[in-house]
Amino acid sequence: MAPTEAEHEAPLTAVHHLEYAYRRSVGPVLGRFFAGLRERTICGIRTRAGRVLVPPAEYDPETGDATGDDFVSVGPGGTVTSWTWVSKPRPKQPLQHPFAYALVKLDGADTPLLHAVDALFESRMRTGMRVRPRWRSETRGEIGDIACFEPEA
Amino acid sequence: MELVKSITTPVVLDYDYVTGRAQSRFLRGIAEGRILGQRCIECKRVYVPSRGACPRCAVRTEEEVQVSDKGTVTTFCIVRVPSENLAFNPPYACAAVLLDGANIPFTHVLQECALEDVRMGMRVQAVWVAKEQLGPTMSSIRYFKPIAEPDAEYDTFKEHL
Repeated sequence: MAPTEAEHEAPLTAVHHLEYAYRRSVGPVLGRFFAGLRERTICGIRTRAGRVLVPPAEYDPETGDATGDDFVSVGPGGTVTSWTWVSKPRPKQPLQHPFAYALVKLDGADTPLLHAVDALFESRMRTGMRVRPRWRSETRGEIGDIACFEPEA
Repeated sequence: MELVKSITTPVVLDYDYVTGRAQSRFLRGIAEGRILGQRCIECKRVYVPSRGACPRCAVRTEEEVQVSDKGTVTTFCIVRVPSENLAFNPPYACAAVLLDGANIPFTHVLQECALEDVRMGMRVQAVWVAKEQLGPTMSSIRYFKPIAEPDAEYDTFKEHL
C-alpha cells in the first residue's frame, strides 16, 4: 500500500552514536595515583610550598615549580566543600540514581577532588558533610575504582 | 608499586538525529536508487543533498531534480590512519564527487581503483547495494568506482573546489 501524504512527508529519524575511545597516557605522577587506587589507597603530592595536591600533579599550579616525588597518603575520609545535585543521571555517569557531584577535600589534602556522592536524597547533602569512599569490588587502576563517596555513618 | 601508564577516557554522545524535510526527501530518493537534488529558483544551482534552502540566495529550494549517479572527482584524500568502526580498511581514497547535474560535490569513498591512479577530474560512478537492500541511508551507495570516460577538463569543475 502506498504511504499516505502525511507518512510520506514525515521527516526521517535515526539514532546517531558518536564515540571516541580515547586512551590517555597519564605520566609518572598520575600513574602513581591510579596505581594507588588499584590498591584502594589515595595519594597526593606535597609541593615545595608544602601544600598537598589531590589528585597529584607534576607541577604546582600556583608557582609552576615541579613537584618532585613527595607522595603522601590522604583520606580515606573527607569533607564536601561544594556540590551540585544530579536528578537525572545520564548513562555513563557514575551512579544511575540521583546523586551529587561534589568537591571532596580528603583528610590531609589541601585541594579538593571531584567525585560523586551517593546521598540518595538532595536534602542529605550539605557543604561540610563528612564522606568516605566506596570502592568498586574489582579495582583496575582508574578513577572509577572509587565507585563514589558516601556519607560517613 | 607498578605505575599505571594510561587510562581510557571515552567520550560518548547519543543523538536522535532528525533529518528534516529536505534531507528526508533526498534519503527516500536514495531508497529508490535515485539521487535527488533541489534547484534554487534564483541562481539555478542544484544542491545535492539539499538542505531546503539556497545558502547564497537565502531562498527556499522547492524544485526537485534528479541528478546522475555519475560524476567527476574534484578533490580527494587518502585515508591512512585507522580508527574504529571504519567501513573500509585504510589506506583508501575519499573523494569529493561532483555528480552530473549538481553544483556542489558530494563526499564518498572510492574503490576499484589503485590509490596512485586517483586524480582530480577522473570520472566515477556510484556502486549501489542490491535492489532489495536499498534503504533511506547513505550506505545504499557502497562506494564510487572509476568508469571508462575521459577525464573532465579542470575548467568544468574548478568552481567547485
